[in-house]
Amino acid sequence: MTSQEMKEIIQNGFWTQNTGLVQLLGLCPLLAISNSVVNALSLGLATTLVMTLSGGTVAAIREIIPNEARIPVYVLLIAVLVTIVQLLINAYAYPLYVVLGVFLPLITTNCIVLARAEAFASQNGIRASVLDGLAMGMGLTAVLTLLGGIREIFGHGTLLSGFDLVFGDAAKSLVITVIPNYHGFLIAVLPPGAFIALGLLIAFKNWVNLRTEKRVRTKAMQSAMQAV
Amino acid sequence: MRRTMAKAAFHTALNLLFFAVIGTGLLALTYKMTHDTIAISEENEKLKLISQIAPTYTYDNKIMQDTVRVAADELLGTDEATIIYRGRMHGKASIAVLQAVAPDGYGGKIILIIAIHANEKIGGVRVVSHKETPGLGDYIEIAKDGWIDIFKGASLQSIIEKDWKVRKDGGTFEYRAGATITPRAVLKAVRKVLQYFALHQEELFAEVPLAFLEKAGQAKIKGAI
Repeated sequence: MTSQEMKEIIQNGFWTQNTGLVQLLGLCPLLAISNSVVNALSLGLATTLVMTLSGGTVAAIREIIPNEARIPVYVLLIAVLVTIVQLLINAYAYPLYVVLGVFLPLITTNCIVLARAEAFASQNGIRASVLDGLAMGMGLTAVLTLLGGIREIFGHGTLLSGFDLVFGDAAKSLVITVIPNYHGFLIAVLPPGAFIALGLLIAFKNWVNLRTEKRVRTKAMQSAMQAV
Repeated sequence: MRRTMAKAAFHTALNLLFFAVIGTGLLALTYKMTHDTIAISEENEKLKLISQIAPTYTYDNKIMQDTVRVAADELLGTDEATIIYRGRMHGKASIAVLQAVAPDGYGGKIILIIAIHANEKIGGVRVVSHKETPGLGDYIEIAKDGWIDIFKGASLQSIIEKDWKVRKDGGTFEYRAGATITPRAVLKAVRKVLQYFALHQEELFAEVPLAFLEKAGQAKIKGAI
């Protein structure tokens, strides 16, 4: 894997093919759990772990799976990995387990995991696939956390509340009250708030893309003019 | 042709079986590895919740082991048997931790645990699970708000029935603006549990369980906290 390929994989995960903003896969957890930073970040990291593991495993066994049986095998593998991650989190990070609740086992049904196994890991080497899982997962985590932050500020007027539930009482001081005496804005906390915030994020990303494109075009025009 | 197809299908099935066996093995291994740690952390979590409402100085026995299983009861709001933890001081009944369900929360059932002293005063109430609106009705959760501690020390004697309501309905109990259905449901459930305890206190603490009770023993009960 050349460094150019590596760069491309990372760029795909965070921007060009971002699961939350471009591929729009795996929206169920995105919408349900992104109502605060701590929830969003926790689920994002758990999903990243599963995607990294599944990418590596699928790439490792892709040669020995018969083509027609590959999807059931991937599903089986992902289910096994998710359950193992769930058991480990339950045993060694109990507070995190409580926060994630039912969304932890539901990572199995998150289509983005299967999508990357099928679209990338089944055609690439182990190292590239692990990196792809990591980059895609981190890209999703970034969008989730951003959404969680936006919804937490508008919904509760705070940021990082509940961090102590996962990281112990020491994290209680991390809570930032952005808007004091805020009475809350319910729609931001409920699923419609997730749709609205996600729509705005996608619009923002498209706007950035259009602007860069335009700039590149005018630059090319300018240099063409100069040449003439 | 048919033969090769059958062969391919057989090959595929074998492959699936192979991965299923490996997967199951891996899961079994992880389960075995983590089982004890999980059991300990769940027990600790339960004990932590219980110790918040039934402080350890109120009993000197092993409260987690001194349990009794009670049948579903209208006053508890339960539709299946639950476990009651019994605290004793010098062998005498001192505190009991009961499970109850408030069926009429805004988002459905609210599952509660309630500690009641032998003098029928409430030691405390905690919400084990609920589906109330986040940011509105979830202040009943101790992690979000201290509201639930208003029950501490209350009893059927200290607050008469007509006062056992939220302020909005003319009662004495505070509530947070925005959600009244939720505290109403909790209030109603807690009062019923007090009535249940008043009716059955003696049987609940009896060493030899009576007809409507059965000793929990090692039985694991679904839905138990």
